[in-house]
Amino acid sequence: MSTSARPLSPHLQVYRWQIQMVTSILHRITGVALAVGTIMLIALLVSLAAGPEPYAVVRGFCASWLGLILLLGWSWSLAFHLLNGIRHLLQDALMGYAIHQFVRNSWLSVIGSLVLTAAIWVYAFACGGAA
Amino acid sequence: MSAELHEADLRTPLKHARGLGSAKSGTHHFMVQRVTAIALIPLVVWAVWLALTLVRADYAQAHALVQQPCNALLMIIFIIAVFWHAQLGVQVVIEDYVHTHWLALTSQVLVRFACVLGGFACVLAVARIALGNA
Repeated sequence: MSTSARPLSPHLQVYRWQIQMVTSILHRITGVALAVGTIMLIALLVSLAAGPEPYAVVRGFCASWLGLILLLGWSWSLAFHLLNGIRHLLQDALMGYAIHQFVRNSWLSVIGSLVLTAAIWVYAFACGGAA
Repeated sequence: MSAELHEADLRTPLKHARGLGSAKSGTHHFMVQRVTAIALIPLVVWAVWLALTLVRADYAQAHALVQQPCNALLMIIFIIAVFWHAQLGVQVVIEDYVHTHWLALTSQVLVRFACVLGGFACVLAVARIALGNA
């Protein structure tokens, strides 16, 4: 391995930001965030099995400001990773590789994830309130 | 490997290659990552529906919802797919960005342990809910 401090590829510092690299980077970041977010899944199921009191603690945390911010982040991560994951599966099937398609479906992942997240939260607040 | 070194060595090239990994398993990680991804598309939609139903449910209703055989079954499949897919994904991220050998190796093992621990904790919890009378 080289010991000199040559710049490594990809040269992110000289890249102009474009949507294709944003979706690629976000897919990894949201994936790691969701892996961490499984803690919420574990807490929910284990507390539900343990009894009403532990479950109330987890629910209380979910309804707190920190809990809501984390859930908002995780729900958007889930929406984005889901939509962009479908996009990657279609790419695995050799679809959507023309540059204009690639750019368009990148934007679809980003905008679609925001719409989906908004829909989830509007529904959650409309049905359950901030409980 | 240089030609001289190879001639001094009585072992065949195949002998040197053996144990370094089979070419036949080269796509296994890729395939399992995609298969779990495909499974997770409908499962995530179902899980979001379940989570939104839980928002307005009290403890007894939440317990009864997960206790339903269909939901308990889907939840266990969802858990396995989620933790398997998470392990595979985080593995690639570590392979790409962690270049210190011991640190990469340690984190790979710890991520696997965490995924197995978290996954089985969830499965056990669902089993307790599904089989219990509470």
